[in-house]
Amino acid sequence: MNDAGYWSIFLNAALVNNFVLAYFLGICPFFGVSARLETAVRMSGAVSFVMLVASVCAFGINLILEAINAPYLRIISYILVISSTVQLVEMLMRKLSPPTFRALGIFLPLITTNCAIFGLALFQTNKGYGFTQAIVYALGAGAGFALALVLMAGIREKLDLADVPEIFKGTAAALVVAGVLSMGFMGFAGLGR
Amino acid sequence: MNTPVPVQQKQTTTWEMYRSIVGIGAFCALLIVSVYQGTAERIADNKARFLSSAIAQVLPAVRSTVEVSLDANGALVAATSPANLPVFLGYDEDGDLVGAVITAQAMGYADNITVLYSYSFDLKAIVGFKVLESKETPGLGDKVEIEPHFLANFEALDARLSDDGAALVNAIVTVKQGEKTEPWQLDGITGATITSDAIGVILNQGSSYWLPALERDARDFQPPQPSEE
Amino acid sequence: MALKQVSPTDEFVKGLWRDNPVFIQVLGMCPALAVSNTAVNALAMGLATTFVLVMAGLSVSLLRNFIPREARIVSYICIIATFVTCVDYAIMAISIELHRALGAFIALIVVNCLILGRSEAFASKNNPGRAVMDGLGMGVGFTVALFFIGVVREILGSGTLFGVDLFPEGFQTWTVMVLPSGGFFAMAMWLLVVNWIRQRKSDAEKQASERTGEAAL
Repeated sequence: MNDAGYWSIFLNAALVNNFVLAYFLGICPFFGVSARLETAVRMSGAVSFVMLVASVCAFGINLILEAINAPYLRIISYILVISSTVQLVEMLMRKLSPPTFRALGIFLPLITTNCAIFGLALFQTNKGYGFTQAIVYALGAGAGFALALVLMAGIREKLDLADVPEIFKGTAAALVVAGVLSMGFMGFAGLGR
Repeated sequence: MNTPVPVQQKQTTTWEMYRSIVGIGAFCALLIVSVYQGTAERIADNKARFLSSAIAQVLPAVRSTVEVSLDANGALVAATSPANLPVFLGYDEDGDLVGAVITAQAMGYADNITVLYSYSFDLKAIVGFKVLESKETPGLGDKVEIEPHFLANFEALDARLSDDGAALVNAIVTVKQGEKTEPWQLDGITGATITSDAIGVILNQGSSYWLPALERDARDFQPPQPSEE
Repeated sequence: MALKQVSPTDEFVKGLWRDNPVFIQVLGMCPALAVSNTAVNALAMGLATTFVLVMAGLSVSLLRNFIPREARIVSYICIIATFVTCVDYAIMAISIELHRALGAFIALIVVNCLILGRSEAFASKNNPGRAVMDGLGMGVGFTVALFFIGVVREILGSGTLFGVDLFPEGFQTWTVMVLPSGGFFAMAMWLLVVNWIRQRKSDAEKQASERTGEAAL
């Protein structure tokens, strides 16, 4: 049972140990979707929602696994639940908001292999968070992911118009920007303790 | 000129779906369980060896240990199953109580820091300290593991309890480097403030939780079967 | 149109440079950046991923006629997760310290887009022999890429290589290299090198074809 306070958990997940910039989770969509601000915002929304659901599911699954003493099933059960959740979100989105669904395109199913969501479930189990703590953690992680993604998209949109050498274009430049962003976020260390 | 031949799409029957999913499930289950069982003993050995070498470092006089936990009333009992953050009573070769070894953890700079430390009943102080797990910055935060003046804090870090034995008389706290005036203070490390503060928090929390019960019950505690080192 | 006969060894070699998972396909970056702060960790992670790639590729290929189209992603995920669990316990059995150093990233191999991608794109459509070669090639390419990143980060960030001190006492390490930012920078650096080499190659090829074009006129 973890003693951390809610505000501290939220700040930690969003800023101090930002999932993208500190843990390197969710890099694929980070570099894939962050070229345009609009898609970045939509992707963040989808990822945040899936994170919330995944966090709750992981908490429930962990209770069951501990009851039947089968820790070795953790990886396989988490990933199966997460993929099913993503399928569900995809179906719901297709029904409720077709334009958003079309805008996200290939990225929605890619959330399945989004390390960030699986990583969230794993970290939360390792830290031994309770139910409310898990929810706060997921909210924080989603907020942090959104923040990093939006920041990155804004910078990349500007970078596209700049005069960048050929070999630098695309991922290499994005990586350097990410590195600098990551250094910036290190300034949050110690916040909310 | 070749006319495109229509590709026959084989319709998968429900039976084929079930067969494949159940089959895959069985195959995966078999593999996972075999590997788990096959490695379980080796893993337990590794963990035990790691822990016993760590205990030997913080409490060198120990020859055997008993893992303890608190029951529902807060009394000291022998642990029935290994805990995530185990606490041990240490006995020397004559079977005399030498001290207690406590594991505790709290958030450091980057992630949780897990610490193993030893408490001497005679000196009523923390006498040994070892970092078990940390993801602190190499060269900065990890100085808490090797910096000589920080480790000197643990020659006898005061951890006396109040007269009623319910709490520490003075909370263990980290102060700025060079400003240590009291024996229950930790002289911090400049440049690794967050990590050294965290160590203070860890020791304080761990001691406040365990020392009252240890001081009260440890001397009368009857070890059921002390495990050999 | 006749299919170009691709030899099995070619399946292996393509993963090393032409379709290198980290630098060309830019897949599986999460672990590449996260656990490459020392050369040993990078190697261990690469080898673990290679193992899962080969075993999952082999399994998927052996079962490819058994798995119906609709259930394939679920099946692949199950198979990959199983082998990742096996690797997780295997590493715990080998060395607790290594397991602690790699942390949750061993489990995160399961979401490495690379493995699911290869299973879907290649292993499900080829015989086991080729699937293994492909997995091996991609895995080795991945390991080598990770290793390069790890070497740079360890030498600059800790002044050591495989734990052995390389520089005299006074060397001021670039600690940022072992921090997350360093991962981004190191990878960007290698990506630049790779891009530069590829650009030179394509420039040389363009020049060569222009010359033969002129000669043909």
